[in-house]
Amino acid sequence: MPEKTLQGIPASDGIAIGPAFRYIPTELTVPARAAESADEELSRFDAAREQARVELQGLSDAIEKRAGKEEAAIFEAHREMLNDPALEGRVRELVGSGQTAEQALVNATDELAGLLAGMNDELFAARALDVKDVGRRILRVLLGLPDTALGAVTEPSVIIASDLTPSDTASLDPHLTLGFCTVHGGLTSHSAILARTLGIPAIVGLGESLLESISAQTPLALDGKEGVLIVAPANQTVEIFQGRKQQRESRMQVMKASVDKEARTANGRRVEVAANIGEVASAHTAVENGAEGIGLLRTEFLYLEDAQPPSEEKQFRIYRDIFKVMGDRPVIVRTLDIGGDKPPSYLPFPNEMNPFLGWRAIRISLDEPELFKKQIRAILRAAMGHNARIMFPMVSDLDELRRARDIVDTVKRDLALASVEFAFDVPVGIMVETPAAAVLVDVLAEASDFFSLGTNDLTQYTLAVDRGNAKVANLFQPLHPAVLRLIKQTIDAAHANGKWVGMCGELAGMTKAIPILLGFGLDEFSMNPRAIPEAKYLIGQLTDERAREIANQAMSFGTATDIEDYIKGTLALYV
Amino acid sequence: MLEATIPVKHKVGLHARPASLFVQTAAKFSSAIKVKNLSANGNFVDAKSIIMVLTLGVMKDHEIVIQTEGADADAALAALKSLIESNFGES
Repeated sequence: MPEKTLQGIPASDGIAIGPAFRYIPTELTVPARAAESADEELSRFDAAREQARVELQGLSDAIEKRAGKEEAAIFEAHREMLNDPALEGRVRELVGSGQTAEQALVNATDELAGLLAGMNDELFAARALDVKDVGRRILRVLLGLPDTALGAVTEPSVIIASDLTPSDTASLDPHLTLGFCTVHGGLTSHSAILARTLGIPAIVGLGESLLESISAQTPLALDGKEGVLIVAPANQTVEIFQGRKQQRESRMQVMKASVDKEARTANGRRVEVAANIGEVASAHTAVENGAEGIGLLRTEFLYLEDAQPPSEEKQFRIYRDIFKVMGDRPVIVRTLDIGGDKPPSYLPFPNEMNPFLGWRAIRISLDEPELFKKQIRAILRAAMGHNARIMFPMVSDLDELRRARDIVDTVKRDLALASVEFAFDVPVGIMVETPAAAVLVDVLAEASDFFSLGTNDLTQYTLAVDRGNAKVANLFQPLHPAVLRLIKQTIDAAHANGKWVGMCGELAGMTKAIPILLGFGLDEFSMNPRAIPEAKYLIGQLTDERAREIANQAMSFGTATDIEDYIKGTLALYV
Repeated sequence: MLEATIPVKHKVGLHARPASLFVQTAAKFSSAIKVKNLSANGNFVDAKSIIMVLTLGVMKDHEIVIQTEGADADAALAALKSLIESNFGES
């Protein structure tokens, strides 16, 4: 049999090589029989529900042990559905009208799952699968059948199925499951999420051809990162996959080891890899993933959750909690960055035609000095004994920056006069997210202790593209040569003035951008905490010289597409 | 019968953990409790049913109406309001 390649949705990273196991869920047929009395049918239903509850408890405990509390929550949700009064009520009604417990259960779960499946939002619609899974479980108990047909897997295999319910995925034996592939399913299905947490390579959404081309024991090779499944791979292909598997394993080890190490380029230049966060909980995630600081602490959440602005005390407590988690690592607090697209009720927002070019960020802070001072007071007080920095968003000229700094100085004087303890030497910097700031860095350097590139807004303002607008979202290209030139210009001008430059836009955590940014000489990369291990790894693979070559080459192209193509080819050598 | 209209600020809306907490809180009371999503078309559903609460499709910034009726209607309404106002205990 010649080898055949199938492409699906990459659901969980990893390589698996082994024989197929065709998982066919036990057929559950509702027996055609006359109903007993309603009381008898209902007591069978209640007993089956009770046993299903016990099974779910067992699954929940097992998954909590293997993958953590968060993953076990799926089965908590199933137990809630098991007890759902709407489900129970409907079953009682149908049994009352003469149906058997099995018939009533199937009809009731179909109705309820149908309500969810018809919803527009994918996240809600996906819950229909949970209702069906619960219904199937009760039905299976009613029919007296064992928990899952997956018990029949006896040697390490790649599981092939039409779809896997969360219960199925949870019952996969990690020693026998090399990976799994399904016809249906998306990235956000519970099975895909669970596979990622359990570290089982998986591809979903492979389409009907999956079941057609594979029978029991067919040799398979699966690449969960690319979403590629090779059916009956040739010896050569198997070797390639084995090579990838080894490479991946050694990379994982290096990545794990890098968590507690400082990020350095291959030639030893120190680069800081930090995290972007917006709440206390993610500060912990940042530390666990090896963040060397917080490059962006968003404070908007404080301003949007209530009908009035947050008190100084509340802000003080939350900033202090985050600083404490980070110990002596630096934390950059970005002052209020909101606008008319998400207006809090207590600010007098005008009716804006274009809120992204309107009253927002530092412009609001300068117009509402009392609000601004409260935030600066809270930050300076909480910074005592910690390594905090203040950063202003959306600055576009020196005048704005000077006025904002004056307010910081006023606050310091007030605090000192009132004998309130606060941190005096807190560096103050700005985000570079307007093209104006990017071309004026040499001027702004007079009053800014550091710079941090906000590439999401910088891209939007430079290319005049709103990425929330589906019609033009494809034009939102952070690797556009115009954006890259502004980034390079910013870094060069800042360094020429003795200031360091970080980046807290999404670009900083993208592997395709890191070599270029490193080549430009970026000093700090701040990103989603989960992207940190891979970023540290990639930085460690590159020398500054090599990164500069890559950056120069990238800058020689005239379009974002050419730059992306070039980077993709180059990166294949490193990740 | 008591009634309150309240916006849901949680980032996932009434889904996942917030939906569970909402239903668990409702289930603690003997009163009949109904809920409806003002920001979408639809009817009142049983607030003690996780499935029906999910069918409301309540997302961030949607407004919901809660109705309580029974012996502990007051306490039930207060508990559900404070749960939502506290953003489900996440600050």
